[in-house]
Amino acid sequence: MSLLELKDVRKTFGAIEALRGVSFSVEAGSAVALVGDNGAGKSTLMKTITGVYRPDGGEIRFDGASIVGRDPGEIREAGIEMIYQDLALARMRDVASNIFLGRELTRSVFGVKLIDTGRMRNEAEAMVARLGARIPSVTQTTGQLSGGQQQSVAIARALTFNPKLVIMDEPTAALAVREVEHVLDLIRTLKRGGISVILISHRLTDVFSVCDRIVVLRQGAVIADDATRETSMNAVVAHIVGAADATPHAGHQ
Amino acid sequence: MASATPAAPASWRARFAGGGAVRLESLIVLAVLCAAMAMLSNVFLSVSNILNILLATSVFGVLAIGQTFVISSAGIDLSVGSILALAGVVGAMLTSSLDLPWWVCILGCLAAGAATGALNGFLITKGAIPPFIVTLGMLGVARGLALVLSNGVSIYGLPQEVVWLGQGRPFGVPTPVIILLIVALAAHVLLAHTRFGVYAQVIGDNEGAARAMGVRVERMKALLYTLSGLLSGLAGLLFAARINSGEPTAGLNYELTAITATILGGTNLFGGRGSVVGTLIGALIMGVLQNGLNLMAVRPFYQQIAIGAVLILAVWLDRINSREGWRR
Repeated sequence: MSLLELKDVRKTFGAIEALRGVSFSVEAGSAVALVGDNGAGKSTLMKTITGVYRPDGGEIRFDGASIVGRDPGEIREAGIEMIYQDLALARMRDVASNIFLGRELTRSVFGVKLIDTGRMRNEAEAMVARLGARIPSVTQTTGQLSGGQQQSVAIARALTFNPKLVIMDEPTAALAVREVEHVLDLIRTLKRGGISVILISHRLTDVFSVCDRIVVLRQGAVIADDATRETSMNAVVAHIVGAADATPHAGHQ
Repeated sequence: MASATPAAPASWRARFAGGGAVRLESLIVLAVLCAAMAMLSNVFLSVSNILNILLATSVFGVLAIGQTFVISSAGIDLSVGSILALAGVVGAMLTSSLDLPWWVCILGCLAAGAATGALNGFLITKGAIPPFIVTLGMLGVARGLALVLSNGVSIYGLPQEVVWLGQGRPFGVPTPVIILLIVALAAHVLLAHTRFGVYAQVIGDNEGAARAMGVRVERMKALLYTLSGLLSGLAGLLFAARINSGEPTAGLNYELTAITATILGGTNLFGGRGSVVGTLIGALIMGVLQNGLNLMAVRPFYQQIAIGAVLILAVWLDRINSREGWRR
């Protein structure tokens, strides 16, 4: 049984059919790339998995249970974390608050649950150290950090609560070469630890170096779903732009 | 890596604020204002005048505390002054016209405020109408309802227990001042140290992030406007108790004072950061300003001008401050 299974997932916004029956699956401990042109439906699909959008039809099963209709908090609780392209950080708050955003540690004082800032800072510090992220202090305001550091915060947040699946939306788009290698290493480490990854990326070299399968999305539908070793850069590009006939080495079938 | 070298002033200022958003500037403004008033008027520093200032501050201080939560979430509540009047009229009618016991009056005021606030929240979340429009509309609706219910005249005669809330002086301190301090303490803990308060600020900071991380944004917003309504109801109760009547024209323009106090206190007009302690200081600035102008026998018309000008000035300074302070 796959860790994540999508069957015929549909989503429309008014007259626009953003997802026209998407099906694919992710095995435990594997990395699946989701590629496609702008507007192919990648972000909509991911937001449907994480509960930000509710699908109009189809089924999403995670770890054996349907997650359709659960809200983003419940889906994180189930073990799906997402690193958003815009990082989804509260930039006026400190690093520790962002790492624990939505899962604040509390202590009870006279029956009132107060946020335990001290414990959150200690644990955030440990997490940041474990990731080897260069963040000066977890008490620093997140908006004052560099782009790469902000991304480290988003990554730390995704990994702190033992996820089973991590979705990364363009994690390398805004990074320097050295930082890109760091993110790719991280994906390899996650896989070794049995954690699945869905990687959304325009950079096919990254995709080919870490992913086990490549799913191509075009106009809201899956038009290719191949094992990485059975396809080629040319074939994937052809699928993305919609010129599949022109590629003799198309990997599937 | 270019770690954004934190300037020394930023860090001691942050420490001063204790993680909140109290601005040193607000305290300085308050101190300078008090010094100026003390020089201009020899009764300004008398105990009775200081108690007067605190008493006057208490009603719009309670409004401003509710406003602090709403503005922290990048919302706004323009209906607080009208809800204050509606709540006072409802409370007065329950006891004066229907002859119900005193505690019904209290509950009636609070319930009328909370219900109106909940309606604001419902329209903002379910109706997806901007808070500015919903609460501007409610400013008219609630005021009109107060006038309709009261036939446009004051409803005199509240139970003694209720009047004590407005006119009592336990230990020499006016009851409304004590109530303001209790409310402020509870609100400070709620805003700075609980999930509810932090989520309110995170919604103002980055609503999409709040939603993606599992914050129930719609529910939070509905609760925030209900809270602001509830506190407006409490302010209505204090106002009615002080003048011993339900007054349909009470709290006219109080939204202006409450919003100004909140912004002066360092709550970010565009959401993300809020401070109840700061709002108290902001409310005191407004109280001292009004009191000082009264002592100098400045006509009330000019007070309106002063309050409005202070609001614009405060937002202008906030803009300058955020331009240099936040890299986004």
